[in-house]
Amino acid sequence: MRTGILRAPSALPGFGLSFGITLTLLSVIVLLPLAALLGRGATIGPAELWTVIANRRVLAALSLSFRAALVASLFNLAFGLLLAWVLVRYRFPGRRLVDAAVDLPFALPTAVAGIALTALYAPNGFFGQAFAAAGIRIAYTEYGIWLALIFVGMPFVVRTVQPVIEEVDSECEEASATLGASRLYTLRRVVLPVLTPALLTGFALALARSVGEYGSVIFIAGNLPYKTEIAPLLIVIRLEEFNYDAAAAIGIAMLVIAFTILLAINAIQVWTRRRIGNG
Amino acid sequence: MLLAAAASAEARDELLNVSYDPTREFYRQYNELFESWWQAEGHEPITIKQSHGGSGGQARAVIDGLEASVVTLALSADIDAIAEQTGKIPADWQSRLPHNSSPYTSTIVFLIRAGNPKGIHDWGDLVRDDVQVITPNPKTSGGARWNFLAAWGWAMKQYGNDENQAKAYLSALFHNVPVLDTGARGATNTFTQRGIGDVLLAWENEAFLALAEAGDGAFEVVVPSVSVLAEPPVALVDGNITTDEERTAATAYLEHLYSPEAQALALKNFYRAWDTSAAAPEDIARLPDVERLTIDSFGGWAKVQPAFFGDGGIFDQIYGE
Repeated sequence: MRTGILRAPSALPGFGLSFGITLTLLSVIVLLPLAALLGRGATIGPAELWTVIANRRVLAALSLSFRAALVASLFNLAFGLLLAWVLVRYRFPGRRLVDAAVDLPFALPTAVAGIALTALYAPNGFFGQAFAAAGIRIAYTEYGIWLALIFVGMPFVVRTVQPVIEEVDSECEEASATLGASRLYTLRRVVLPVLTPALLTGFALALARSVGEYGSVIFIAGNLPYKTEIAPLLIVIRLEEFNYDAAAAIGIAMLVIAFTILLAINAIQVWTRRRIGNG
Repeated sequence: MLLAAAASAEARDELLNVSYDPTREFYRQYNELFESWWQAEGHEPITIKQSHGGSGGQARAVIDGLEASVVTLALSADIDAIAEQTGKIPADWQSRLPHNSSPYTSTIVFLIRAGNPKGIHDWGDLVRDDVQVITPNPKTSGGARWNFLAAWGWAMKQYGNDENQAKAYLSALFHNVPVLDTGARGATNTFTQRGIGDVLLAWENEAFLALAEAGDGAFEVVVPSVSVLAEPPVALVDGNITTDEERTAATAYLEHLYSPEAQALALKNFYRAWDTSAAAPEDIARLPDVERLTIDSFGGWAKVQPAFFGDGGIFDQIYGE
């Protein structure tokens, strides 16, 4: 620890100690459980892993989970940016309340959120009735899953983009406007590039959060095999069958896919940072 | 998990009853009954904690280390699983208490909307195109497995023990299921609160409970021509018992379930109890006679569990695996 290679120059002492504590806790809380999952996979063997994952129903569930997470996170990307923008740039009555409310999805147990959303969007629910009249079913369809995932992922984009917008000087936008750029052009060429890294981070966080979401989804999903059965539920089902190997196999598949997606997002992030020279 | 286990190992003037969904109300009342009886017998006061959820999930929680003193689950297969996987319960647990360790039994009935607008009277009506059926998922709910077996039993009878026709019947039935909740209570809520479906396949006690809660005659109970003798069993989790006092209390807790007062309470909560000597006549009269197939007539849980509900079993085949 004292070789100096790992030591970043800092005015404060104690890197060795804090690094040790960090590494230990990270191992115990994050790395060991993941390693245990992968270790289980190693004992199962690649052939058996593939047999479990290549099952039609497992593929359907994995596809649904990642598809719905993607849809919800894209929505949150746009809506989160809008919400953050409104919160930072405008002053209106109740702004602090709205700002505080953004964090509520973090605080609420997801099962409670799921039950509340189901009650509202069921065909006899407050919103569900209106949609049912228009012939649209939300609860117990994939739309319901999107809704639950939008709910749990919502705060991520807002909270990552908000501080960046606060730092951005509105003078650049004003300069762009006085030089004759249209509003859309200013947004596209001046504002968005600065926000892109933060937006990508928020998007990645929201995506990661919603891929593994279980509690809120099972109440609103309908849970029909091939149609509205999410991968985490299938893992639970395999556990109910005391089939720990199959459960681990699906878990590993999710881990690998999620890791690949997050890695790709990270790469895009690095690329955009370099392009706009921001970091 | 480790921290929780260590904490609960210390405080042992309490018992933990790990149960399944629809017994919530019954055990809340039984715990009061037992606690006062226990003190009247001259023992130190004892607190009973209860934990509810899907039966299979509860069994797995105990397997994974939840320190249950006793388990009161929906199926003997779930307790068998705890016995096999942890060795904390002896293999012959089911013979330790009377009536296969089931202090009360139940059956599967239909809960339908008032006035029976769809004219639902028996299993055959459930596969009609205009009928939507609500049942939880047999993979995650013990009650749903009884639902499945009751339907299977009827179909086998109807089609002269032709398994393929029975499978086709259940396939048609599940084709009419728009929502598969993970537990019995969730399915009841989907039917009663969210207004989904024309018929709920439910534990008899759960159906009567929904009836009582709705109050204004919103629902009716229909008893099909054939159903199952559901035996929700109870067992002491020997491996989790740390002291003699705890063993005495936990054993008494289960044995007292067979006392006339507890049996009357079970009847009041719409369970079919064995001992009716202390029960109110209206509680007995409410539960009609119905032909009930035993689990043994399907080959016993050891055979039924993998064949019907295991990976690639009949339930999976119905969904085209």
